[in-house]
Parts: sequence; C-alpha cells; structure tokens
Amino acid sequence: MIEFLKRLLRTPQGAIGLLIVLLALVIVLFGPSLAPHDPESLAPLARYKPSSLNYLMGTDQYGRDILSRLLIGGRATISMAVLATVAGTLVGALIGTTSAFLGGRSDEVIMRTVDSVMSIPSLLFALLVVNLLGSSTANALIAVAVAFAPSMARVTRSVALSVRKQDYISAAIARGERSSYIILREMLPNVVAPIIVEMTIRISFAVMLFATLSFLGLGAQPPAAEWGLMVSEARQYMHLSAGILIWPSLAIAIVAVGFNLLGDGLRDALNPRT
Amino acid sequence: MSPNYILKRVMMIVYTLFIVSLIVFAITQVLPGDAAVIMLGENATKEALDALRQSMGLNAPVWVQYGRWLGGVLHGDFGTSLRTGQAVGPVMLEALSRSLLLAVLSIALMLILAIPLGIIAAVRRGRIADMVVSLISYAGISLPEFVTATVAVLIVGDWLKWLPPTGYVPLTENFLGGIQHLILPVCVISIILIAHVSRMVRSELVDVLHTDYVRAARIKGLSGMTVLFRHALRNALLPTITVVALDVGYLLGGVIVVEEIFAIPGIGRALIVAIQTRDLPSIQAGVLIMAATYSIVNFVADILYAWLDKRIQYD
Repeated sequence: MIEFLKRLLRTPQGAIGLLIVLLALVIVLFGPSLAPHDPESLAPLARYKPSSLNYLMGTDQYGRDILSRLLIGGRATISMAVLATVAGTLVGALIGTTSAFLGGRSDEVIMRTVDSVMSIPSLLFALLVVNLLGSSTANALIAVAVAFAPSMARVTRSVALSVRKQDYISAAIARGERSSYIILREMLPNVVAPIIVEMTIRISFAVMLFATLSFLGLGAQPPAAEWGLMVSEARQYMHLSAGILIWPSLAIAIVAVGFNLLGDGLRDALNPRT
Repeated sequence: MSPNYILKRVMMIVYTLFIVSLIVFAITQVLPGDAAVIMLGENATKEALDALRQSMGLNAPVWVQYGRWLGGVLHGDFGTSLRTGQAVGPVMLEALSRSLLLAVLSIALMLILAIPLGIIAAVRRGRIADMVVSLISYAGISLPEFVTATVAVLIVGDWLKWLPPTGYVPLTENFLGGIQHLILPVCVISIILIAHVSRMVRSELVDVLHTDYVRAARIKGLSGMTVLFRHALRNALLPTITVVALDVGYLLGGVIVVEEIFAIPGIGRALIVAIQTRDLPSIQAGVLIMAATYSIVNFVADILYAWLDKRIQYD
C-alpha cells in the first residue's frame, strides 16, 4: 500500500490529482461546518459584493455568500457524482463479466445491444431518464448511473477477456485450481485495477454531467446550492458581477481535473512497465 | 474488406436502430400523462379524452401501437407533433441539418488544431511544449460545455462585443452574419474534441516513434521531417479516425447544451423543447435520428479505416 502510494505520488498527475481529490473529500465531509456564512440567508443590501475579507468570493444576486454556497453545494455535486459512477460501474461490470463468461453467441448479442444503447449520447439518455422519473437529485443519480452502465460493461468485458487469456490463468487451470479460486483470486484482482482507473476518470464526467443536468433545470432545484445550478442562475446576472459565474465554474473544472489527473496517475502507478 | 463485412456492419446498424426504437418507445410510453392529456390539457372532460384516445389509437395494446409507429417510421412518417401539429420528420431533419453544419465545422476546427498540437507534444516529449499541450488538454476535458459556452458569451459577447452573444442566422440569408453567429458555438464544441484528440495523437505517435521501422528509417539516414511525416504519422493518425467517430457521441451531447445556450434551432434544442413539453413523436424522432447519425458515422469510420489500413483483414 505504502509502496503503491509512493508510485502514485512519483508522477505529477498522481500527486496533484490526489491532492485535489482529498480537498474535494474535505469539502464533502466538512463543507457545511467550514462555511463562514449561512448559504441561504438573503442580504438585499449586500448583493453583488466583490471579494473581501468578510466574503472571500463575494456575494451573489441575493447577497448570499458564494464561498459558503460552494462549500455546501460540493457535497451534493461530488458525492452524487461518485455514487452514480459507482452504481453505473457495478451494473456495467456485472453485464460485462457475464457477457465475457458466457462467451459465444450470447456474448455477441449482449455486446451488440450494449453498443446500440451507446449510440444514444449519455447526456440525451440521462435527460430522457430524468424526464421519465421527474426532476430531482435522486433521479439525476439514477439517470447518470444508467447512462454510464453500457460503456463500463464494454470496458469490463474487454479487460475480463484479456485477463482470461493470460498465462497465469492457464497455469492455474493446469495446476487444477477450482474455478471459484481462479475467478476470485486470480482474475478479479487483475480486472479490478483497470476498472478503478476507468471509474476514477468517469467520476469527472459524472461531475460535469450532473452539473449539466442541473444547468438544464433537470437536476437539483433552487434554492439548492448545487454547482451546476449556481452557474445556471448566474447567467442572468453575470453582467452585474462576473464572480457569480466564475467561482462555481472554477469549482466544477477543478474537481473534474482532479479526478482526471488521479485516474491517469493511478493508471501509471498500476502499470508494471513504467 | 469483403462484401460480407459490409453486410454485417449494415445489419449492426439495423439492430442498433431497432434497439433504440424499443428503448425510446418504452420511455415515451411510461412518461406520465398520455398524448391525449397533453393535447387537450389537464382540464379536458373525460368524454373528450376518451374520444381523442380512440381516434389516435391509444386504446390499442402497446405492441400494436409500437408496430404502427415503427411501420410509419419505416415509410418515413414520424407522426405529427403534439405541440405544433406539423409533421415531425421534416422539422427534425431540417433541425439536424443546422446541427450537422455546427458539428462538421467543429470537427474541421478540431482537426486543424488537435493534430499539430499532438505532433508537437509527441516530438517534444517531456519538454515544455509537451507540458503546455497536456495542460491545455486537461483543462479542455474538464470544462463542461455549459461552462465554456457561458463564459465565452460573457467575455467575447458582452465585454469585448466582438461577436453576437447568441442567436442564429441562416447562411443562405446572410453569409457573413451567419458565420459570425457560428464562431462561438463552434469554438466551444471543439474544445473538448481538441483536448481528447490531441492526447490521442500524442500517445499514438509516441508509440509509433519507438517502433523498429521508424528506427530503421532513421538509421537509413532519412531526415527527421521525412521520418515523421512520411513514415510515423501515417500509422499514428489511423486510430484517430476511430476516436473521432466515437467522439461524435460526445459531440451530439455537447450540441444539445450549446444549441440551448446559443439559441440555435438545431436538433439538440428541438429535443430539449420536445422533452420539456412532452411532445412524444418529436422525442421519438429526435432520439432515433441522433442514434442513426452516430451509427452511420461509425460505420463510415470503420470502412474508411479498413480501406486505409491494408493490414486489417475483416471477414
């Protein structure tokens, strides 16, 4: 574990990515207690304030403290993105492993169907699912998970197939190991690593997809402090104060970059050839 | 490349569209509020609703309704919009043509910028130029379109007033005005594509530059430029075709957001309006057309790839 962390921190991607993701974790866990102001208290006299010692990032169109809203909204945006990606990965991994395990004609049919679903853009698919279930944060979570499952199935299947062909699996079969031992002790650990890498990178897509859904009015609803919703609300007032728009945009971009960097860092650290 | 392979690929497109038609029909069936309620409003009398349901064939079993709808689609009839009463097919295809203009221009801009960026990064691997390119691409893939679009409208449209912030002018009506309205949306859409493809070109080219045949070409005494452009690049750019085709999925998703923000009457905006107003025939047609676009682009990419790369034998 320590050895692995060292490998991860050796690349700049891994080090910066881990730092940003840890920061995001702090916001998710302690964001609400770190917030200097009440994120929903309106202050008509303190609208559109620029950055100051009292309001580090200024205030928005209702005089609410932008920093406090970001700290509280982070919990919704980040934890939902992680949850949705994990759920989508689990479903996808199940489909992908089953397909690789069954092989032959069933594999062909399952994968062709997965490909067919992938021909609908994820955002459009998520829009349809949210519309079907109604706009809310929980439904947006299901929508993103459903939209991610097909591509994760594809990744899992290709990884499982390539692992299946490795010499150490043949060796285990030759040694006369039980199938359950081979699948659990030999295959699974080698399948999990690439999936975790893919999942980490996908979390950054999920952050963006969630924010986009809220932006289009189909995710979190006002007065929630969700980051995508903050950008959406800022559009009307951005001529009056650019900060309302810039800070939540930056927050989304930084978290997305963080998970991307961490994913690339993990890939390098897990790759024995580097 | 055998006729067999092409036939197999065409069958895959048919299967894809069949699955998508099932999914989209299922989703529109389960949506709360049926077509009769949407057309007559929530306060319509029960008798009026029943009469309309009868005349629209909504009382038939679901699979009969699906069969009727699919039969219509196969004859090019996507039904009539619940919102406007117009035929959905022509409206959606016209919207698609505007979106395709946007998409083609974005891909062109991406190719002009992403390939040189990828080449520079690969050739100067580990140097400053490489770091700058990878920094740009990390930023590019981490900024959702709605953020870049909104910031672009604020800075270029509102502060600098270089370009009109939103709106759409047909090129046939006013060419210069049309182009001015397209510049910002095209730039916004191509950012993610540039980031993605330049990384791809870089990593492919780095791999190819380490192969034996490139080393052989160097040892033969060919100049660095000849090796790069005549030997390495040909093979390094091949996988880019596949990546670009797969990116069309992102592109179509991005088009939805960008058209909404820049008020461009393309298929993405038409779909959002259709979803918001529960205009079922328009939703069905829009999703099918998007899936068909994606499938056809990937089909063309596969054929192109097989034609360019003689090493690949398909059966």
